Order: sequence, then structure tokens, then C-alpha cells
Amino acid sequence: MNLWNRLMCYSRRRSPWLFHMNGGSCNGCDIELIASLTPRYDAEQLGVRLEGSPRHADILCITGPITHNAVDAIKTVYGQVYGPKAVVAIGSCPATTNVFIDSRTLAGPLNKHIPVDVFVPGCPPRPDAIIRGVAIAAGILAERAAKKLPIEPVVLPLSGSDCGGNCACAAKTESAASEVQL
Amino acid sequence: MNLTTALARLLIFPGVLFAVPAAWFFLWVERKSVALMQGRIGPPFMQPFYDFVKLLGKNTPPRGGVGGLLMMAWPLIAVSAAAGAVGLLPVLPSSGGFQGDLILLLALLELPSMCIIAAGFSSRSIFGEIGSAREAVLSVSYNVVFLLAIVSIAASQHTFRLEALAQLPASPLQILGIVAILVCLPAKLHINPFSLPNAEQEIYSGPMTEYAGPELAMWELSHGLEWVAATGLVATLAAPHLTIWWMAALVFVALSFGVVLLLSVLAAATARLAIDTTVRFYWQCTLIFAVLAISSALFMRFRS
Repeated sequence: MNLWNRLMCYSRRRSPWLFHMNGGSCNGCDIELIASLTPRYDAEQLGVRLEGSPRHADILCITGPITHNAVDAIKTVYGQVYGPKAVVAIGSCPATTNVFIDSRTLAGPLNKHIPVDVFVPGCPPRPDAIIRGVAIAAGILAERAAKKLPIEPVVLPLSGSDCGGNCACAAKTESAASEVQL
Repeated sequence: MNLTTALARLLIFPGVLFAVPAAWFFLWVERKSVALMQGRIGPPFMQPFYDFVKLLGKNTPPRGGVGGLLMMAWPLIAVSAAAGAVGLLPVLPSSGGFQGDLILLLALLELPSMCIIAAGFSSRSIFGEIGSAREAVLSVSYNVVFLLAIVSIAASQHTFRLEALAQLPASPLQILGIVAILVCLPAKLHINPFSLPNAEQEIYSGPMTEYAGPELAMWELSHGLEWVAATGLVATLAAPHLTIWWMAALVFVALSFGVVLLLSVLAAATARLAIDTTVRFYWQCTLIFAVLAISSALFMRFRS
């Protein structure tokens, strides 16, 4: 790789611009995506910018279990993002359709319709998990543009209280909190 | 000024070789100071450069015909006009020859805004058209005050030559004119209280909605160069006259940096105004001062 290609690869990794799209989400993940751009989490340190137009974006962030109404819109917007591009599925819904599974209004999961690079599970995922997913997607995008690799989805681990309090890890964090209070 | 010094000015300082890194630096200063005011860490130092390189490496939409050619031409015209405006600034002291003309500088400063209006309409996107209409209304509003302020400075000093204007000692009228120019700069640079044409969350990205890849990189660069040119205009008018060239350059850079900081603080502290409030602000509140400035300039001129 010559110098220009290396610089291009580095710049692509350092400058992921997002376009956010709702595919029938309950709005929980959308709120968390916006929270990851607020001063508390400050995704701009990684060069992240939320763009108004899909033409400007590098990474498409999709939330929700993909309803029948959303499928065409998602395909259109995926086509409007110019390459090299990556797709991040935010939340458990686009990965598995979550609690809405087997609903007749759904056409999900997302990877039936467009190739997905990173799944960030959680209901909703924490903002730091979303930022991690975007950073990984930016790395994948830069590498794939340089070496023409095929798309292999990355699934982030479920960590902390990502699961929305439905499993044992929530009980663990609760007991830890009560210990601190005592 | 012979040909070599003219070329050196256009290509090295304060021209392209200085202006392009300065454009990226000012864009970074704007984003970083907004981040610091919001209690964030903000983007790294090289961020605007990374953004530019990344955009150069993206694919461009296939567009045919005259419309496609026009859409490719507007950002290039905007970049060259803004770079020319920076190159024309009388930063370094010189003698003889073409010394820069205020009217040419104003035309070059106005050209990027014209290109934005044309770009929005030639993209044929509804959001682009709304953005362009807003840019046109904004341009009609702030330009009256901006031009009156500059004409009042020129009338009080009896000249339209930039070099002569920059060298004359500061008068109260010149300070009033500089304040009026400062009031217009947020609208000229589309920053926060007047960020109407590219209002994110409202009309996507306004005139830039359909642009992607290298063309968008050129728009970003022209925006940065506009920052350098507009703050540089204030800096050259406000700077004291210095004969040593490196001190003149240093004072110019320091003053521009100060203006950029001032505008960024304003952008971070305010929210976007509606279009009717903006128009009312320029036509009702600031126009009075601009008319006062120009009438006193003309009065002083006829008395002397």
C-alpha cells in the first residue's frame, strides 16, 4: 500500500459520518443513538457526525424490527449512500425482530434485505456500545475499501445492563448497587 | 508589485498555500470551541483534514447532461472565488502596481453564496430548493448592511483601494463599520443564529443535500476558505499599519483567530432563528446603524 492509500484508509477510519434511519423502532434505540452524540458520551472525538442527507453518510445506522412499510425506504436509502459504506444494526430488533417475532406486520430481520456489518444488540443498547459499534464499522469500511473483502457481520457482545433488565446480569448490577448503598 | 510577488501572494501567503491549511484550522477551531463550551472534548486537531481526504475517496453519483456538469462546476467556482478573495487581502506591505480593490474583493466574497443558491436549484431536490430560497433571502438581508458598512468605510477614507484602507489609522467611523461587518459575518458564514440555508434537522442539508464525495469536499473547503477570507477582511481593516512583513503576517493571523473564536462562541451560545426573525433583525435593527454610518461618512466627506 502506498502513502496515499494508507492516508485514505486512516481518514476513513477517523471520519465516520452517520445517517440514522428508523425501521419501525419503538424509539428507544433512536434516543440512545442521539444520547451517544451528546456531551456526556461525545462521539465527535472519533470524528462522528450525524448527517442530514444519506448522500453525505458513510455509515447507515438502522433501528427497529423492519416493518413491511420500511423495507422499500431502507433499500432506497441504502442505495443513496455512496460507497465505501457500512451498515450498523442498532438494538436487538433489526438482528432478530426481538419481542415482535412472528408478527405479520414485520419483514425483518434486517440482513434479509441489505448486508449488515455490525450488530449492536441490546434493548436498547447503551450509548457506549453504539459508539463501539460505529468505531468497528468504520474500521471494517476502511479495510474493505482497501482490500475488497467480503461482508462478514460482526456481533458485539451484550454487556452491562444492555438487556433492559430481563436477565441475570441486571440482577447482578442491582445487587452491586445495593451493596454500594449499604 | 511585479509578477513574482503577485504570484507569491496568490499561491503562498496569504493565498492558497496558507489559506487551505488555515481553512481546515478555522473549521477545527469552530468545532473544538463549540465542543469545549458544551463540556465535551471535541474532534481531534486533524479532523477537517481527515474529513476532506475521506470525501475525496468516496464514489460520486453518476450524473449526465448539463445539470450534472453544472453541479460539478458550482463547488469549483466557489472554491476558486474564496481562494482568490483570500489571496487579494492586503496583509503584507508592498508598493506600486495592483494593490487590491475593495469592489473585486466584495464580488469574490459574494460568489460562493451565489454558487450555493445556484447549486441548490440545479440539484432539483426539494430540500435543496428550500435551502437556496432561504440563502437568497438571507443574502438580500445581510448584504445591505454589509455593503453599506464597507461603503461607509471607503467613503470616509476617500478610496476603494484595499491597501490604502488597511494602512490608514483607525477612525471612529471605521470602528463602527467593522462592528457592522462583524454583525453580518454569522449570516455570511451560515453559523448558528443564522444557519438557515443548511439547517440540519429541518431541511436535511439544504442546498448540499444531493452532493456527495469530492464535490462535497470542495464545498467544505470553500466554506473553510470563506471563513479565512471573511475573518481576514476584518483583520486587515482592524490591524495597525506595520512595515515589517513577518509582524504584519503574525498580527493578521492573531486577529483572524480572535474573530473566529468570537464567532464560534456566538454560534455555541445561540439557537437558530426563524427566517422572518432573521430578516427583521437585519432590515429593522441593524440597517439603522448602517444608514447612520454611511450618512455620517458622506457628511464628513462633504465638510472636509
